[in-house]
Amino acid sequence: MLHLDIALARRAFELRVALRLGAETLTLVGRSGAGKTSLLRAIAGLEHPRAGTIALERELWLEAERGIDLEPERRRVGYLPQDYGLFPHLSVADNVRFAGRRERPDLLERLGIGQLARARPGELSGGERQRVALARALARDPRVLLLDEPFAALDAITRAEVRDELGALLDELGLPTLLVTHAFEDAAALGGRVGVLEAGRVLQVGRPEAIQRSPADAVVAALTGANVLSGQAVRSGAGARVRIRGGGELLSAVPAEGPVQIAVHPWTLVRAEAGEAGLSDTVTAVHRDGGRLVVRMTRLIVHLPVGSGAQAPAVEPGNVLTLRAAPEDVIVLPGGAAGGKR
Amino acid sequence: MRVWGRPAGGRRASPRVRFDHAVLGSAGIAIALIVLAFLALPIIALVTYQPLHALVHGFGARVATDAIIVSLKTNAIAFAVMVALGTPFAYILARRRFPGRSAVITLVEVPLVMPPAVAGLGLLVAFGRLGLLGHALDALGVDLAFTQAAVVMAILFVAGPFYLRGAIAAFSAVDPTLLDVAATLGAGPLRRMVRIAVPLAAGGLGAAAAVAFARGLGEFGATILFAGSFQGTTQTLPLAVYSLFDANLDQAVAIGVLLILLSAAVLLLTKVLGRSWPAAGSGFAPAIPRPGRAPR
Repeated sequence: MLHLDIALARRAFELRVALRLGAETLTLVGRSGAGKTSLLRAIAGLEHPRAGTIALERELWLEAERGIDLEPERRRVGYLPQDYGLFPHLSVADNVRFAGRRERPDLLERLGIGQLARARPGELSGGERQRVALARALARDPRVLLLDEPFAALDAITRAEVRDELGALLDELGLPTLLVTHAFEDAAALGGRVGVLEAGRVLQVGRPEAIQRSPADAVVAALTGANVLSGQAVRSGAGARVRIRGGGELLSAVPAEGPVQIAVHPWTLVRAEAGEAGLSDTVTAVHRDGGRLVVRMTRLIVHLPVGSGAQAPAVEPGNVLTLRAAPEDVIVLPGGAAGGKR
Repeated sequence: MRVWGRPAGGRRASPRVRFDHAVLGSAGIAIALIVLAFLALPIIALVTYQPLHALVHGFGARVATDAIIVSLKTNAIAFAVMVALGTPFAYILARRRFPGRSAVITLVEVPLVMPPAVAGLGLLVAFGRLGLLGHALDALGVDLAFTQAAVVMAILFVAGPFYLRGAIAAFSAVDPTLLDVAATLGAGPLRRMVRIAVPLAAGGLGAAAAVAFARGLGEFGATILFAGSFQGTTQTLPLAVYSLFDANLDQAVAIGVLLILLSAAVLLLTKVLGRSWPAAGSGFAPAIPRPGRAPR
């Protein structure tokens, strides 16, 4: 169990995070500059919080008030920085040996990179580099794994592949793992708990589906990929009718009154039938992604099935489409007034 | 056909433009020849000043062999001290942020712009018998001025900063993330420096060391003021050239040629090092980049 509660001064804000981490993977999602890297570095002992504690089981790594701040080399963490930080002048085998001070062919085999032992990092692909970095971190015999944007350096196809592999490996290892990423889909794909970090604070922690269904506020909703819209709600039956700022309206299954912010995910929106109430918006760009169309509009991002081009008007830039969502998919964000908490 | 990358390629040059090109082209060649001649002629003159057998004979003269021994010995010691103390010092200066850091770096660079004769004077009034530390050293029974130790100190003072400056730049260019990762992998400060920073900065360190060595080999002003010019003890090769200048010009020229050969060897070495470690560049007086990683 890793326990931390720290305050670390950053240029624009103060990072204040309190977390408990068992033998699980916690994925922290946040925009760039939210403090993700600083948090990992603080746990690794590479940044020095001005206040707080970090403890692993009964081992105290940091207690700022008593001046305890263990050097990174004395904390047992497996830290993968964003570009993996492989030593370019050492072979794969020597990179791994650096951590454990002995050859670890078993680790290379386990991560499927045995045949790369003599290669230099410069000769490896992104996915291979990540595996070498993992093997090296594991050779350290870490008590905690810290992964900084492990997929940022990978292309889209490799990304999904490596994500699945990593997910399986992390399950197998059963180590407390803190992974940070800017992409909520990474968090959803890896399973485990997800935390949302914004401007140095953890806004919400939970299962990815739960966060997606009931985001704590507009920032969290936007990070999960939802369209966030402002409007005026009027009670209607058991739910509410929300008149969206800029035109159009959506029905919500939950009652609401007055100015509200709502979140609708791109995959819950469908095209409205002629005459049906909904939200009209102009298409700015369309691209095909597997079996769906990703439609960018002036206010919204919408995923439509590829077949939806048959209905007039066509899904083409410049055309105005009317969209609606099932009332239970229209999330009324807590906090009420437009602008939310921040 | 349009030739991309050569803007004028597709157009027919006007006679005026062609004339300008011809004039500029020949002027460029003429300037290049003048510059090269100016740089090469003194060297050619030294090498061809006397017949080859006289030159080789000059190399073997007692005054020359004494100077060679003094020069090699003092430079080797100065070099070893410079690398042994300068490398960790430069590493710390490149890695650590502390108040007064820029002042320290400026101090390191002062000897680079100080006239060597003034440096020698400074050493004399600091460490000489009547100098600042003279009494203290006297009490310890140490008399530095006009000894071989003084030669080593003069070389260190004048040439050392060249190494420090290059080494700070080389260490600053090492990605700090790699050193951070090394720490998380259990490596303490010494292991991080020896196993990661030094190999990654090797090209720049080697080039800086070569430049400093070449500078030390040619050291004259500080040595003659602080250590004097006594054959067999403090008379290095440049001092021998100077002392023979009146008495035996042939001999002076022979030693001069010897110094040219040694310096050329060092220069060649930096080129070879620069090739095996592309990061090293030529290594001549690299600027010290601003420190630090932008916090993410």
